[in-house]
Amino acid sequence: MLNDIFIAPFADMIGAPDFLLQVLWEGLVSGVLYALIALGFVLIFRSSRIFNFAQGIMVVFAALTLVGLHAFGIPAWISVALTLGVMFVLAVGIERIVLRPLVGQPDIILFMATIGITLFLIGGGEIIFGGENKQMITEELGIPTGDTVLEPWGGLLILQHVDITVVVVACTLVAALLGFLNYTQMGRAIRALGDDHQAALSVGISLQTVWVLVWFIAGIIALVTGIAWGARAGVSFALEVIAYKALPVLMLGGLESIAGAIIGGLMIGLLEKLFEIYWGQPLLGGNTETWFAFVLALIVLLFRPQGLFGERIIERV
Amino acid sequence: MLYRTAGQFKTSYEADQALFPVRQDAVLLWVILGFAWVVFPMVATEFAFQTLLIPVLIYSLAALGLNILTGYAGQLSLGTAAFMGVGAYACYKLITLMPWMNPIIAILLSGVFSAGVGVAFGIPSLRIKGFYLAIATLAAQFFLVWLFEKWAWLYNYNASGAIQVPNMEMFGVYIAGPQASSIVQYYVVLFIVCLLTMVCINLTRGTLGRTWKATRDMDIAAELIGINLMRSKLTAFAISSYIVGVAGALFVFMWRGAAEPNLFDIPLSFRILFIAIIGGLGSIMGNYLGAILIVGLPVVLNLLPNALGIPIDSAMVEHLNIMIVGSLIVFFLIVEPHGLAQLWRLIREKMILWPFPH
Repeated sequence: MLNDIFIAPFADMIGAPDFLLQVLWEGLVSGVLYALIALGFVLIFRSSRIFNFAQGIMVVFAALTLVGLHAFGIPAWISVALTLGVMFVLAVGIERIVLRPLVGQPDIILFMATIGITLFLIGGGEIIFGGENKQMITEELGIPTGDTVLEPWGGLLILQHVDITVVVVACTLVAALLGFLNYTQMGRAIRALGDDHQAALSVGISLQTVWVLVWFIAGIIALVTGIAWGARAGVSFALEVIAYKALPVLMLGGLESIAGAIIGGLMIGLLEKLFEIYWGQPLLGGNTETWFAFVLALIVLLFRPQGLFGERIIERV
Repeated sequence: MLYRTAGQFKTSYEADQALFPVRQDAVLLWVILGFAWVVFPMVATEFAFQTLLIPVLIYSLAALGLNILTGYAGQLSLGTAAFMGVGAYACYKLITLMPWMNPIIAILLSGVFSAGVGVAFGIPSLRIKGFYLAIATLAAQFFLVWLFEKWAWLYNYNASGAIQVPNMEMFGVYIAGPQASSIVQYYVVLFIVCLLTMVCINLTRGTLGRTWKATRDMDIAAELIGINLMRSKLTAFAISSYIVGVAGALFVFMWRGAAEPNLFDIPLSFRILFIAIIGGLGSIMGNYLGAILIVGLPVVLNLLPNALGIPIDSAMVEHLNIMIVGSLIVFFLIVEPHGLAQLWRLIREKMILWPFPH
C-alpha cells in the first residue's frame, strides 16, 4: 500500500520519462486554459466584487454562437467578429439589466444573479442552437490539426498541433491582457477600481464603462477558451464544467491576484493530470480530476486562507 | 381591520415570548396546518402529490437546513446536494443492513451521518471566509458525488450503480418503495418536516440561534463578546447538515424511489440555494414560500401552453422554463433582495395599518 502511494508512481515516472512528458504537456495545455478563465473571473471580481458564476456558460454560449453563425454560411472569421459583437451586446445587457439595479447589494445576491444569468443562457442557448454536440470549425479558422511526434530518449511524445496553437494563443492573450491592464488608460482604470471603489469613482472613473469592459473581456476569454476546448472535445453544454475548474484556481491563487490566477492555473493543470495518471487511475478508480483541484486548493487554504498570492486579509473591528 | 394587534396585551413574560405573540399569526398557522394535514390530502390527486406537495415539503426542508447555515450562521455553502446524498446513501445502508429498523427512525438517523460529514467539511470554515469558503464547500460537492459513484459498498455492489428503495413497512402499511401510496408518503414527509421545523424555530430563537446570528453579523465582534466561534460555526454545520441529510433521505425514499450519484450534482445544490435566497435568508417561513415558487413555477409553466392552446413541443417548454426561472431569479433579486419573507413582512405592516394611511 505505502509502496503504491509513495514509491511506485515515482518509479513509473522515472521509468518512462517520455510518458511523463506527455502527461505534463497535457496538463500544461489545460492549465493554460484554466489560467485564462481564472483571469476572466479575477478581472470581474476585482472591479465589481462579483463572483461571476456565468463564466462557464459564457464559454459554451460563445462557442455555440460561433458554430451556429458559421452553420448559416457566414465565413469563419466574420463569424468570429460577429460572435465578439454578440459577447459585447451580452456584456452591455448584463450590466444594464442585471448589475446596475443590484449595485451595493451583498455579495451573495450578486453571485445568485450570475447564476440566474447562467440559467437564462442555458435555456436560451438550447433554444437557439440546440443541445446536441457540435464540431468546432477548427479547419475553417485555420487552426492546424495534425500532430508532431517527438522521440525523446527513444520514447514517444505526441504534440497535437491544436494544443500547440492553444498554448500559443492563450499565452499571447494573457500577455496582451497584462499589457492592457498595465499600460493603457482603460486598463489602469480597471485596476484602480479593483483597488478602491470610492477613490476610483472620485477621480472620475466610470463604473458602468469599466463593468461593461470587464464583462466584454470575459466574453473574449470565453470565446477563445470555447474555441480551444471545442477543438479538442466538441462543442456542447458539457464545456461548462471547465469553468468550474477555474474556481479552485482562484482559491489557490487568491481571488484578487492576476499573477495568482496564472500560476494557480498552471499548477492545477499540471498537478491534477499527474495525480490522475499516477495515483488516481491505479489506486482510486480514476476520474479524480473532478475533485482533485478543489481538495488541493482546500488544503492550501487551510494554511494560507487568502490563497497563495491573495491580498492579506486584515480584520478590523 | 382583519389584522389588528391593538388590544392584545401581554401580561406575563411567557405570553411575550410565545412563538406567535400576535393572535392572528397563530390563527394563520392553524389554518395552514389544517390545510396541510386535512384539506390537501383529501382533495389532492396522485399528480398533485408527486409533482407539488411532496417535493415542496422536501425542498423546503433542504432549504431550511441550508438557511440555518447560510442565513443564520452566515457561512455560504454550495455543497447542499452532496450532503443530501450522504443522508440518502446512509439511509439506504441502514435499511439494507438492518431491515428490521423502523423506516422513520432510519431516516432520522441517517441525518446523523451527514451531520458528521458536514462537520468535517465545516472545519475549514474556521480559517476560510466568504467566497473562499463557498468554493471550499464545492470540494465537498465534487468529492462526495465522486465517492458515491466509485465506492461500490455504498450501493451494495449493484450493477447499475444506483440505489433502489425497497418496500418498507410500518404498522402494516407500506411507507416507502414501489408499493407505497402517495398519501402515506405525504403524511410521513409532513410529519418529519413539521417536527424539524418546530425544532428549528426554537433553536433559532434560543442561545444557539443568537450565537449564530452574532457570528453572521460580525464574527470578530462575536468572538470579543465571548462567543466561541468554533462551537458556533461547527454546530451550525452539524445541524444544517443533519436537516439537509434528512431531506436527502426523504428525497430518495419518499419521492424519487431510486437515485444515481449524479442526482446529487451541483444543479440540485443551486436549486436549494435559490429556494433559500428567494424565500429569504435568515427566515424559516421563507423556505416554504421559496419552495412553493421554485417547485410550482415549472409545473405551472408546463401546463400553461396546453391551457392556452399553444402548440409547443415539450423540449422547447423545458428550455423556456429554464430561461424563465433564470430571469425570474434576477427579477426577484432586483425587486426584493431579502426574499419573499421580507415581502410578507411588508404586507403584514401594511395590513396592521390598513385602512388608515399612517
